[in-house]
Amino acid sequence: MSAIVSIRDLTKTYQSGYEALKGVTLDIEEGEIIALLGPNGAGKTTLISTICGIVTPSSGTITVGGHDVVTGYRGARSLIGLVPQELTLDSFETPMNTCRLSRGLFGKKRDDAYIEKVLRQLSLWDKKDSKIIALSGGMKRRVLIAKALVHEPRVLFLDEPTAGVDVELRKEMWEVVRTLREDGVTIILTTHYIEEAEAIADRIGVIAKGEVLLVQKTGDLMSQMGKKQLRIELVSPAKSLPDAVADRAVELVDDGRALIYTYDTTKERTGITALLNDLQSAGLQMADLTTHESSLEEIFVDLVKETA
Amino acid sequence: MNFPAVRALYTYEMVRFFRTLMQSFISPVISTSLYFVVFGAAIGGSIDTVEGVSYGAFIVPGLIMLSVMTQATTNASFGIYFPKFVGTVYELLSAPMNFLEITIGYVGAAATKALFIGVVILATAALFVDITIAHPFMMVLFLLLTCISFALLGFIIGIWARSFEQLQLIPLLVITPLVFLGGSFYSVTMLPPIWQTITHFNPVLYLISGFRWSFFGVADVPIGLSLFAISLFTLLGLGVVWLIFRTGWRIRQ
Repeated sequence: MSAIVSIRDLTKTYQSGYEALKGVTLDIEEGEIIALLGPNGAGKTTLISTICGIVTPSSGTITVGGHDVVTGYRGARSLIGLVPQELTLDSFETPMNTCRLSRGLFGKKRDDAYIEKVLRQLSLWDKKDSKIIALSGGMKRRVLIAKALVHEPRVLFLDEPTAGVDVELRKEMWEVVRTLREDGVTIILTTHYIEEAEAIADRIGVIAKGEVLLVQKTGDLMSQMGKKQLRIELVSPAKSLPDAVADRAVELVDDGRALIYTYDTTKERTGITALLNDLQSAGLQMADLTTHESSLEEIFVDLVKETA
Repeated sequence: MNFPAVRALYTYEMVRFFRTLMQSFISPVISTSLYFVVFGAAIGGSIDTVEGVSYGAFIVPGLIMLSVMTQATTNASFGIYFPKFVGTVYELLSAPMNFLEITIGYVGAAATKALFIGVVILATAALFVDITIAHPFMMVLFLLLTCISFALLGFIIGIWARSFEQLQLIPLLVITPLVFLGGSFYSVTMLPPIWQTITHFNPVLYLISGFRWSFFGVADVPIGLSLFAISLFTLLGLGVVWLIFRTGWRIRQ
């Protein structure tokens, strides 16, 4: 698969002197869902806004579908749909009218049948002629998504789609995102909810302080998460590992006062029973056992701390 | 050229206008009628004719200009300020449109509204006084260029403004006084010499004078000068808007 969005050495320094992006390089594959994870102020929104043309880059290049976003902005922008973080809507308009505007702005011929399809898909059809001000928060969020979809984008940016949204609606939003991916739309979403990234993204990119710290397949990150550690406290310190367990993922820590065994919970056999038996046969007396799981949250916090 | 975008933007703006049609329609009719009662009946009774034109008819072009200029300015400034204020401007900035297309959408819609109101006022005035139009083609040209140039001015104000106060500031403190002092309701020749000289520094004088000439063939300044003034004003507005979009001033970070 080829990259539909390609970002090279992108920097953005605002007029105030604030450096929001410090050399971001990132390729987004066609058809994938990528989640950009990061704390508030990490530069997620600036990154999205720069790709969409709302913020002009200070240096570096971005191409969308092969079009440079500055020199070939028409080609680039007509491929993009953007759902902003804030509920920014003209309150006195109706979903139907605002969708017509969105479709037109992106150069598509008026097509009310297509708008109907999108509004139905987002369960908004019966509200098509209601004033937006009278809609619930969840509906407003969906109107924003509808506006971004009615011009048939190839790449959809969702900036914190579930910020301040209740659990039920969040699940609903994830459903929408999955359906879109089935239609072949590439989706880039930002979030600071780790479970959200886990639940729907193919890849996860971690951003902090204007830099992309890591981009990995969600599955790979999950398997790191699946690793668990068993810590065995010994009654008396051991000088070295018993030969019987030396070939396993065990290490001696704290001057021999404890052993740490790393195992995979996703495997059929964890090897814990065998290990404990072997340790006992080797004459080691155990005082206590604890297990520990490294969560994505920890991985994330560690990464962010390293750059601090 | 992204025609669907221009059309969508223009239609969207016009729909907003027609939603408040009664308000847009009735308020100019009422204010025009009031001006006729006050200026035409009360004051006009003691002023017989101005340069051979009955006072009631003489003020019609000025009245139309007054409304058209304020309506074009406020409509266009509000049209672009409102999306900035509520944040929906993100969509405009991320759309595959250039400055000309955005400008045609907003300015075109605001100019259309102003034109509509100008026509309504002319029709209302025709109920009160006999109106003759000596140069219909020039009348339409002046009216159109005034609608467009003041809508451009309003558009610039809307981009510049950071608050509703600033949005009102220029129409209230600059445009209204200039229109009143630009000979809307009197001929410059009626003023003392020193004020005649000062009035010639008022750009609005040239526009009103030209517009009145197209009705009655009488003018305070040569018609060529009026044409030059309105064309210059329109081009200046376009130039400033182009510069704004090129630099992203106050709209793109």
